[in-house]
Amino acid sequence: MGKFILRRLGVMLVTAICLTFIVFILTNLYPNLEKVAKTQGNTRMTDTEVTSWLDNRGYLQSMPSKYGQWLGVVPGYVIEGPDGTVRARCASKGVAPADAPRFCGVIQGHWGQSTVFKEPVSKIVAKRLGLTGWLMLCVLLVMVPGALIIGVLAGMREGSKTDRSLSAISILTTATPEYVSGVIFIAIFSSSAVGLKWFKGTATSAMEDITFGNFFLPVITIALYGMGYIARMTRASMTEVMTAQYIRTARLKGVSFRNIVLKHALRNALIAPFTVIMLQIPWLLNGVVIVETLFNYKGFGWTLVQAAGNNDIELLLGVSVVSVVVVLVTQLISDIGYVYLNPRIRIS
Amino acid sequence: MEPLNGFEIFIRILGQLSPVWIALVVTFILSIKFKRNLGLYGKLFDSPIGMIGYALVMFWVFTAIFGGPLDMIVTHDELSQISGLKNKRPGIAVPNAEEKELYSYYLLGGDNLARDVFSRMIKGSWVVIAIAPLATMFAFMVGITLGLPAGYFGGKLDTLLSFLANLILAFPVILLFYLLVTPEIVETGIPSYMAAVLFIFPLIFTTILLNSRFHTQPTLRTPLIVVVLVVMGWIYLSTVSEVGSKISFLPHFMDLFDVPGGILVVFVSVVFVNSPTVFRIVRSLALDIKTRDYVAAAQTRGEGPWYIMLWEILPNARGPLIVDFCLRIGYTTILLGTLGFFGLGLPPESPDWGSTINEGRKLLSIYLHPALPPAFALLSLVLGLNLLADGLREESLKD
Repeated sequence: MGKFILRRLGVMLVTAICLTFIVFILTNLYPNLEKVAKTQGNTRMTDTEVTSWLDNRGYLQSMPSKYGQWLGVVPGYVIEGPDGTVRARCASKGVAPADAPRFCGVIQGHWGQSTVFKEPVSKIVAKRLGLTGWLMLCVLLVMVPGALIIGVLAGMREGSKTDRSLSAISILTTATPEYVSGVIFIAIFSSSAVGLKWFKGTATSAMEDITFGNFFLPVITIALYGMGYIARMTRASMTEVMTAQYIRTARLKGVSFRNIVLKHALRNALIAPFTVIMLQIPWLLNGVVIVETLFNYKGFGWTLVQAAGNNDIELLLGVSVVSVVVVLVTQLISDIGYVYLNPRIRIS
Repeated sequence: MEPLNGFEIFIRILGQLSPVWIALVVTFILSIKFKRNLGLYGKLFDSPIGMIGYALVMFWVFTAIFGGPLDMIVTHDELSQISGLKNKRPGIAVPNAEEKELYSYYLLGGDNLARDVFSRMIKGSWVVIAIAPLATMFAFMVGITLGLPAGYFGGKLDTLLSFLANLILAFPVILLFYLLVTPEIVETGIPSYMAAVLFIFPLIFTTILLNSRFHTQPTLRTPLIVVVLVVMGWIYLSTVSEVGSKISFLPHFMDLFDVPGGILVVFVSVVFVNSPTVFRIVRSLALDIKTRDYVAAAQTRGEGPWYIMLWEILPNARGPLIVDFCLRIGYTTILLGTLGFFGLGLPPESPDWGSTINEGRKLLSIYLHPALPPAFALLSLVLGLNLLADGLREESLKD
């Protein structure tokens, strides 16, 4: 088991480095840099001015070296410009380049400065991640129990009326992406055209104070889309378990249907959905971006859109690192959990 | 003129869609009549769920074909604005319609630029129907060409390809879109290069497919492959070579068609996102099927590995692949909508459903009619594809 986890961790680390390198390349292409120079410096710069601006700030070094500096394994640049000013990557405001530390990258905790929000990236990411954390928590609290209950109820008697209607509902929810269900929900429950006005159409106020009224619609919008898929997986796994030999044995011994479902079938039927739930978390991230944009909830997903839309390189890199790590960690947990939950693998 | 009431709008929309109804009825009558001779497709008509799904899908396919290139169903031009109809409610009469020879009503109202919501929705279906199935097919070609050898040979090749697939899968889709579909990246030509790589897979696939089958009869194989390669190669070159982009080498008279830049980028990124999942499915199917007796029999017969992969394993994996194909078209539709929703890739005035929903949502608390029709259209198409996949799965399990 220990060796397995170590191996997985190793693969994860390599994947993380590859992915961040790809993001780094894609965000540091020359057209992006040119745009940065023009927005930070002067919009009417000539091409040579742009080049010298970028050169003075270390943007024109080779890609691996820049990536190493950003990661914090290569010493940060110290460049003396043609005008005599010395700029160092690690020199923050008010610190002389000579006194600056040699390494400053993600590993040392220097995530850079956002050009849009004028704040350190680490601070923005932490704050926005906290807001999205609440959203995710509520979504999981609604989605997981809901999906499991629907799946188990549908799967315990295959082909029954309950099964048919619950399966139809889960197909419907998987066919409704967040931007469709969100728009429909806002139209029905919060627009003045319909006039119900049960919930709020924006979740901006939920950033300070979460209430049922302002948080219900975003949460249910994300939860519904993921729910159908998990419910269908649970149903499939439940129907498979219900036809197993040991269930038949239990039936023939006269165990009540209730006890068969709760004591014999449920545990084995929940192994497969566990993996699915963990693998759904990266998908939730997508939903979060859409819903936060739709409901104007300024969390992590909203930040991603702002960073990408405004060419905020450092912030986009920070956001990417976090989301890639989230995805990889959930994959790791899902692998380990699968091994741990499944006695057939665990014991052998 | 008086605005129409709800019932009149409904009747008029049904009337506008009459070519679609005729085509649907003909399709269903023919299919049900000959369903015993049509294999899996015919069996679909034994399952009510599959039939409902198929009807929904075909409704949109016919609407897209009649409304898009044939210009039949739409009542107004999807881009033209008529002053005074901004955000007006469904059924509003068009002022001076008879003088200008226009259709006299905006059946589903006007959007915030005073364009006809109904016509935009119909035109939008063509964008989806033209891109989604084709992009899914490309993703399948890529996934199959790489997944079969990975599953069949295993070893280092499998490790490498699986690692790459997992790499792409670990990217949050929206981040990937934002990285690939921005104007700055398009300027560097990366999407064009990716298109050049991804679009070559159908060529490789067909060549190997034909070669592995007919390599024992060189007199048939050589001309066949040459003809296929020339035709597909020409289409490939005209698609990839684009005037004004980084890859532009084909002289103008040889360039068959130009794909509008935005569409190509969207297409490439959708294929790129879908391929790794298809790869994983094909790989696991190949791993499973290669232990069967008929594969062992083919190996003993001395067949080459590509023959076994493409003519023994692939046909026997078709059931799950067809089902996944339907589901994946639905997923691609959702992805296209997501791109439109964030205003990525497609031009801002494009009538596709994602962009229209995005525009409509901004005034959603006051005007519902611009956002809801495309939302329900997208919902019904994806629902139809999911039901169709479900019906196919049930029927294919029955044999």
